[in-house]
Amino acid sequence: MGLLNRMGTVISAKMNKIIGGMEDPRETLDYSYEKQLDLLQNVKRGVAEVTTSKKRLQLQRAKLVQNSEKLGEQAREAVQANREDLARLALERKNAITSQITGLDQEIATLEAEQEKLVAAEKRLSTKIEIFRSRKETIKAQYSAAEAQVRISESVSGISEEMADVGMSIERAESKTEDMKARSAALDELIETGTLVDFTAKEDDIERELAAISGKGKIESELARLKSEAGK
Amino acid sequence: MIIRIMGQGQFDVKSSLFDDLNTIDNEIVEYVQKGNEKEYQKSLAKLIGLILSEGKRLPDEELIESSVIVPPSDMTLEEARQVFRGAGIFKD
Repeated sequence: MGLLNRMGTVISAKMNKIIGGMEDPRETLDYSYEKQLDLLQNVKRGVAEVTTSKKRLQLQRAKLVQNSEKLGEQAREAVQANREDLARLALERKNAITSQITGLDQEIATLEAEQEKLVAAEKRLSTKIEIFRSRKETIKAQYSAAEAQVRISESVSGISEEMADVGMSIERAESKTEDMKARSAALDELIETGTLVDFTAKEDDIERELAAISGKGKIESELARLKSEAGK
Repeated sequence: MIIRIMGQGQFDVKSSLFDDLNTIDNEIVEYVQKGNEKEYQKSLAKLIGLILSEGKRLPDEELIESSVIVPPSDMTLEEARQVFRGAGIFKD
Protein backbone atom coordinates (compact mmCIF):
# COMPACT_ATOMS: atom_id res chain seq x y z
CA MET A 1 0.00 0.00 0.00
CA GLY A 2 1.33 3.42 -0.98
CA LEU A 3 2.06 6.38 1.20
CA LEU A 4 -0.97 8.23 -0.15
CA ASN A 5 -3.30 5.41 0.88
CA ARG A 6 -1.74 5.34 4.30
CA MET A 7 -2.10 9.08 4.69
CA GLY A 8 -5.77 8.72 3.75
CA THR A 9 -6.19 6.16 6.53
CA VAL A 10 -4.43 8.38 9.05
CA ILE A 11 -6.66 11.31 8.20
CA SER A 12 -9.87 9.24 8.19
CA ALA A 13 -9.07 7.97 11.66
CA LYS A 14 -8.52 11.51 12.82
CA MET A 15 -11.74 12.68 11.17
CA ASN A 16 -13.76 9.95 12.87
CA LYS A 17 -12.43 11.13 16.19
CA ILE A 18 -13.37 14.71 15.37
CA ILE A 19 -16.90 13.83 14.25
CA GLY A 20 -17.50 11.63 17.27
CA GLY A 21 -20.55 9.49 17.85
CA MET A 22 -23.50 11.85 17.89
CA GLU A 23 -26.91 10.17 17.63
CA ASP A 24 -28.89 13.09 16.27
CA PRO A 25 -27.35 14.45 13.05
CA ARG A 26 -28.38 17.99 13.95
CA GLU A 27 -26.49 17.65 17.18
CA THR A 28 -23.45 16.66 15.13
CA LEU A 29 -23.58 20.04 13.43
CA ASP A 30 -23.42 21.98 16.68
CA TYR A 31 -20.84 19.68 18.18
CA SER A 32 -18.61 19.99 15.12
CA TYR A 33 -19.00 23.76 15.13
CA GLU A 34 -17.85 23.96 18.75
CA LYS A 35 -14.82 21.87 17.94
CA GLN A 36 -14.04 24.09 14.97
CA LEU A 37 -14.01 27.17 17.16
CA ASP A 38 -11.72 25.41 19.66
CA LEU A 39 -9.36 24.46 16.89
CA LEU A 40 -9.31 28.01 15.57
CA GLN A 41 -8.23 29.18 19.03
CA ASN A 42 -5.48 26.55 19.00
CA VAL A 43 -4.16 27.74 15.66
CA LYS A 44 -4.06 31.28 16.98
CA ARG A 45 -2.15 30.13 20.05
CA GLY A 46 0.19 28.17 17.79
CA VAL A 47 0.92 31.27 15.71
CA ALA A 48 1.66 33.26 18.88
CA GLU A 49 3.95 30.53 20.20
CA VAL A 50 5.97 30.27 17.01
CA THR A 51 6.24 34.05 16.80
CA THR A 52 7.56 34.27 20.36
CA SER A 53 10.16 31.59 19.74
CA LYS A 54 11.28 33.30 16.57
CA LYS A 55 11.67 36.62 18.37
CA ARG A 56 13.73 34.95 21.04
CA LEU A 57 16.11 33.51 18.46
CA GLN A 58 16.36 36.86 16.73
CA LEU A 59 17.32 38.45 20.03
CA GLN A 60 19.99 35.84 20.62
CA ARG A 61 21.27 36.40 17.15
CA ALA A 62 21.60 40.12 17.79
CA LYS A 63 23.54 39.39 20.98
CA LEU A 64 25.88 37.06 19.17
CA VAL A 65 26.52 39.59 16.44
CA GLN A 66 27.42 42.09 19.15
CA ASN A 67 29.77 39.59 20.80
CA SER A 68 31.37 38.82 17.49
CA GLU A 69 32.02 42.50 16.75
CA LYS A 70 33.49 42.94 20.21
CA LEU A 71 35.82 39.99 19.76
CA GLY A 72 36.94 41.38 16.40
CA GLU A 73 37.77 44.64 18.10
CA GLN A 74 39.62 42.84 20.88
CA ALA A 75 41.66 40.90 18.33
CA ARG A 76 42.65 44.16 16.66
CA GLU A 77 43.72 45.66 19.99
CA ALA A 78 45.66 42.53 20.89
CA VAL A 79 47.61 42.70 17.64
CA GLN A 80 48.44 46.34 18.25
CA ALA A 81 49.69 45.37 21.70
CA ASN A 82 51.82 42.62 20.17
CA ARG A 83 49.75 39.91 21.83
CA GLU A 84 49.28 37.50 18.96
CA ASP A 85 48.25 34.74 21.38
CA LEU A 86 45.33 36.79 22.66
CA ALA A 87 44.39 37.88 19.17
CA ARG A 88 44.29 34.27 18.05
CA LEU A 89 42.07 33.33 20.99
CA ALA A 90 39.67 36.16 20.24
CA LEU A 91 39.49 35.19 16.58
CA GLU A 92 38.86 31.57 17.47
CA ARG A 93 35.91 32.60 19.60
CA LYS A 94 34.68 34.93 16.93
CA ASN A 95 34.78 32.10 14.45
CA ALA A 96 32.76 29.84 16.75
CA ILE A 97 30.18 32.58 17.17
CA THR A 98 29.91 33.03 13.42
CA SER A 99 28.96 29.40 13.03
CA GLN A 100 26.36 29.78 15.78
CA ILE A 101 24.89 32.71 13.92
CA THR A 102 24.62 30.64 10.75
CA GLY A 103 22.83 27.92 12.72
CA LEU A 104 20.43 30.45 14.19
CA ASP A 105 19.69 31.86 10.76
CA GLN A 106 18.52 28.44 9.64
CA GLU A 107 16.36 27.99 12.70
CA ILE A 108 14.83 31.42 12.32
CA ALA A 109 14.01 30.59 8.69
CA THR A 110 12.36 27.33 9.77
CA LEU A 111 10.19 29.09 12.33
CA GLU A 112 9.36 31.77 9.79
CA ALA A 113 8.08 29.06 7.43
CA GLU A 114 6.04 27.44 10.23
CA GLN A 115 4.56 30.80 11.10
CA GLU A 116 3.50 31.40 7.50
CA LYS A 117 1.95 27.94 7.28
CA LEU A 118 -0.07 28.41 10.43
CA VAL A 119 -1.25 31.87 9.44
CA ALA A 120 -2.45 30.44 6.11
CA ALA A 121 -4.11 27.54 7.95
CA GLU A 122 -5.88 29.96 10.25
CA LYS A 123 -7.21 31.89 7.30
CA ARG A 124 -8.45 28.78 5.49
CA LEU A 125 -10.05 27.38 8.60
CA SER A 126 -11.84 30.55 9.60
CA THR A 127 -13.33 30.93 6.10
CA LYS A 128 -14.52 27.33 6.20
CA ILE A 129 -15.99 27.74 9.67
CA GLU A 130 -17.95 30.76 8.51
CA ILE A 131 -19.35 28.81 5.53
CA PHE A 132 -20.12 25.87 7.80
CA ARG A 133 -21.95 28.06 10.29
CA SER A 134 -24.33 29.48 7.70
CA ARG A 135 -24.84 26.10 6.07
CA LYS A 136 -25.55 24.59 9.46
CA GLU A 137 -28.40 27.01 10.10
CA THR A 138 -29.85 26.43 6.62
CA ILE A 139 -29.76 22.67 7.06
CA LYS A 140 -31.42 22.88 10.43
CA ALA A 141 -34.16 25.17 9.17
CA GLN A 142 -34.97 23.81 5.74
CA TYR A 143 -34.44 20.14 5.39
CA SER A 144 -36.33 17.04 6.39
CA ALA A 145 -34.51 14.60 8.62
CA ALA A 146 -33.47 12.31 5.77
CA GLU A 147 -32.20 15.09 3.52
CA ALA A 148 -30.52 16.77 6.44
CA GLN A 149 -28.60 13.60 7.21
CA VAL A 150 -26.97 13.62 3.77
CA ARG A 151 -26.16 17.30 3.81
CA ILE A 152 -24.84 17.16 7.33
CA SER A 153 -22.54 14.31 6.57
CA GLU A 154 -21.16 16.13 3.49
CA SER A 155 -20.48 19.37 5.30
CA VAL A 156 -19.13 17.72 8.41
CA SER A 157 -16.76 15.47 6.45
CA GLY A 158 -15.49 18.38 4.37
CA ILE A 159 -14.63 20.49 7.37
CA SER A 160 -13.40 17.60 9.50
CA GLU A 161 -10.74 16.85 6.93
CA GLU A 162 -9.57 20.46 7.14
CA MET A 163 -9.60 20.17 10.93
CA ALA A 164 -7.48 17.04 10.84
CA ASP A 165 -5.03 18.82 8.57
CA VAL A 166 -4.86 21.97 10.70
CA GLY A 167 -4.57 19.92 13.90
CA MET A 168 -1.57 18.18 12.44
CA SER A 169 0.06 21.40 11.30
CA ILE A 170 -0.22 22.73 14.84
CA GLU A 171 1.34 19.59 16.31
CA ARG A 172 4.25 19.66 13.91
CA ALA A 173 4.88 23.36 14.47
CA GLU A 174 4.77 22.76 18.23
CA SER A 175 7.27 19.96 18.07
CA LYS A 176 9.65 22.07 15.96
CA THR A 177 9.27 24.96 18.38
CA GLU A 178 9.95 22.64 21.34
CA ASP A 179 13.18 21.38 19.76
CA MET A 180 14.37 24.91 19.24
CA LYS A 181 13.39 26.06 22.70
CA ALA A 182 15.71 23.50 24.26
CA ARG A 183 18.60 24.53 22.07
CA SER A 184 17.82 28.17 22.54
CA ALA A 185 17.96 27.73 26.32
CA ALA A 186 21.35 26.03 26.01
CA LEU A 187 22.54 28.89 23.85
CA ASP A 188 21.46 31.43 26.45
CA GLU A 189 23.58 29.64 28.98
CA LEU A 190 26.54 29.65 26.67
CA ILE A 191 26.17 33.30 25.83
CA GLU A 192 26.24 34.04 29.55
CA THR A 193 29.19 31.86 30.48
CA GLY A 194 31.04 32.92 27.37
CA THR A 195 32.14 29.40 26.56
CA LEU A 196 31.00 28.94 23.05
CA VAL A 197 31.27 25.52 21.59
CA ASP A 198 29.35 24.41 18.57
CA PHE A 199 26.64 22.38 20.25
CA THR A 200 24.04 22.73 17.50
CA ALA A 201 26.21 20.88 15.02
CA LYS A 202 24.97 17.48 13.97
CA GLU A 203 28.04 16.91 11.79
CA ASP A 204 30.31 13.89 12.03
CA ASP A 205 33.99 13.84 13.01
CA ILE A 206 35.30 14.35 9.50
CA GLU A 207 33.08 17.35 8.92
CA ARG A 208 34.16 18.75 12.26
CA GLU A 209 37.80 18.39 11.40
CA LEU A 210 37.29 19.95 7.99
CA ALA A 211 35.49 22.82 9.65
CA ALA A 212 38.34 23.18 12.12
CA ILE A 213 40.87 23.33 9.30
CA SER A 214 38.91 25.93 7.37
CA GLY A 215 38.34 27.81 10.63
CA LYS A 216 42.05 27.78 11.29
CA GLY A 217 42.73 29.14 7.82
CA LYS A 218 40.21 31.89 8.38
CA ILE A 219 41.72 32.78 11.73
CA GLU A 220 45.27 32.91 10.34
CA SER A 221 44.29 35.08 7.39
CA GLU A 222 42.25 37.37 9.64
CA LEU A 223 45.24 37.61 11.96
CA ALA A 224 47.54 38.43 9.08
CA ARG A 225 45.14 41.12 7.91
CA LEU A 226 44.98 42.69 11.38
CA LYS A 227 48.77 42.62 11.61
CA SER A 228 49.29 44.34 8.30
CA GLU A 229 46.67 46.93 9.27
CA ALA A 230 48.57 47.57 12.46
CA GLY A 231 51.77 47.79 10.43
CA LYS A 232 53.42 44.88 12.26
CA MET B 1 -10.50 14.51 -8.40
CA ILE B 2 -9.85 16.49 -5.28
CA ILE B 3 -6.43 16.18 -3.65
CA ARG B 4 -5.41 17.61 -0.33
CA ILE B 5 -1.77 18.49 0.23
CA MET B 6 -1.45 18.57 3.99
CA GLY B 7 -0.76 22.09 5.18
CA GLN B 8 -1.43 23.62 1.76
CA GLY B 9 -5.12 23.10 1.07
CA GLN B 10 -7.08 21.28 -1.62
CA PHE B 11 -6.55 21.07 -5.37
CA ASP B 12 -8.76 19.96 -8.22
CA VAL B 13 -6.73 17.69 -10.47
CA LYS B 14 -7.65 15.82 -13.68
CA SER B 15 -8.24 12.14 -13.01
CA SER B 16 -5.80 11.31 -15.81
CA LEU B 17 -3.01 12.40 -13.48
CA PHE B 18 -3.76 9.53 -11.14
CA ASP B 19 -1.39 7.06 -12.84
CA ASP B 20 1.53 9.49 -12.67
CA LEU B 21 0.87 10.15 -9.03
CA ASN B 22 0.67 6.45 -8.39
CA THR B 23 4.04 5.87 -10.04
CA ILE B 24 5.68 8.49 -7.83
CA ASP B 25 3.89 7.05 -4.80
CA ASN B 26 5.47 3.67 -5.56
CA GLU B 27 8.89 5.29 -5.80
CA ILE B 28 8.33 6.84 -2.40
CA VAL B 29 7.44 3.47 -0.90
CA GLU B 30 10.65 2.02 -2.32
CA TYR B 31 12.85 4.84 -0.96
CA VAL B 32 11.24 4.65 2.45
CA GLN B 33 11.93 0.91 2.55
CA LYS B 34 15.53 1.46 1.50
CA GLY B 35 15.92 4.33 3.91
CA ASN B 36 17.10 6.64 1.12
CA GLU B 37 16.24 10.03 2.60
CA LYS B 38 17.55 12.10 -0.30
CA GLU B 39 15.63 10.29 -3.03
CA TYR B 40 12.56 10.10 -0.82
CA GLN B 41 12.59 13.89 -0.40
CA LYS B 42 13.07 14.32 -4.16
CA SER B 43 10.10 12.08 -4.97
CA LEU B 44 7.87 13.76 -2.43
CA ALA B 45 8.79 17.16 -3.86
CA LYS B 46 8.09 15.84 -7.38
CA LEU B 47 4.68 14.52 -6.29
CA ILE B 48 3.70 17.81 -4.71
CA GLY B 49 5.14 19.84 -7.58
CA LEU B 50 3.05 17.88 -10.07
CA ILE B 51 -0.17 18.53 -8.16
CA LEU B 52 0.64 22.21 -7.75
CA SER B 53 1.43 22.68 -11.43
CA GLU B 54 -1.44 20.58 -12.83
CA GLY B 55 -4.11 21.24 -10.25
CA LYS B 56 -6.39 24.15 -9.61
CA ARG B 57 -6.54 25.40 -6.05
CA LEU B 58 -9.97 25.04 -4.50
CA PRO B 59 -11.34 28.19 -2.89
CA ASP B 60 -11.31 28.18 0.93
CA GLU B 61 -15.11 28.34 0.89
CA GLU B 62 -15.42 24.74 -0.36
CA LEU B 63 -16.34 22.05 2.13
CA ILE B 64 -15.60 18.82 0.28
CA GLU B 65 -13.78 15.67 1.21
CA SER B 66 -10.69 14.81 -0.86
CA SER B 67 -10.09 11.53 -2.65
CA VAL B 68 -6.35 11.65 -2.09
CA ILE B 69 -4.34 12.94 0.88
CA VAL B 70 -0.73 13.95 0.25
CA PRO B 71 1.60 14.32 3.23
CA PRO B 72 3.17 17.68 4.05
CA SER B 73 6.16 18.67 1.92
CA ASP B 74 8.53 18.62 4.90
CA MET B 75 7.58 15.18 6.18
CA THR B 76 10.78 13.35 7.05
CA LEU B 77 11.58 9.79 6.07
CA GLU B 78 11.29 8.78 9.70
CA GLU B 79 7.79 10.26 9.88
CA ALA B 80 6.85 8.46 6.66
CA ARG B 81 8.06 5.21 8.23
CA GLN B 82 5.81 5.80 11.19
CA VAL B 83 2.86 6.35 8.87
CA PHE B 84 3.58 2.99 7.20
CA ARG B 85 3.89 1.31 10.56
CA GLY B 86 0.45 2.64 11.33
CA ALA B 87 1.88 4.17 14.47
CA GLY B 88 0.81 7.58 13.21
CA ILE B 89 3.09 10.57 13.44
CA PHE B 90 0.34 12.53 14.99
CA LYS B 91 -1.17 12.38 18.39
CA ASP B 92 -4.79 11.26 18.55
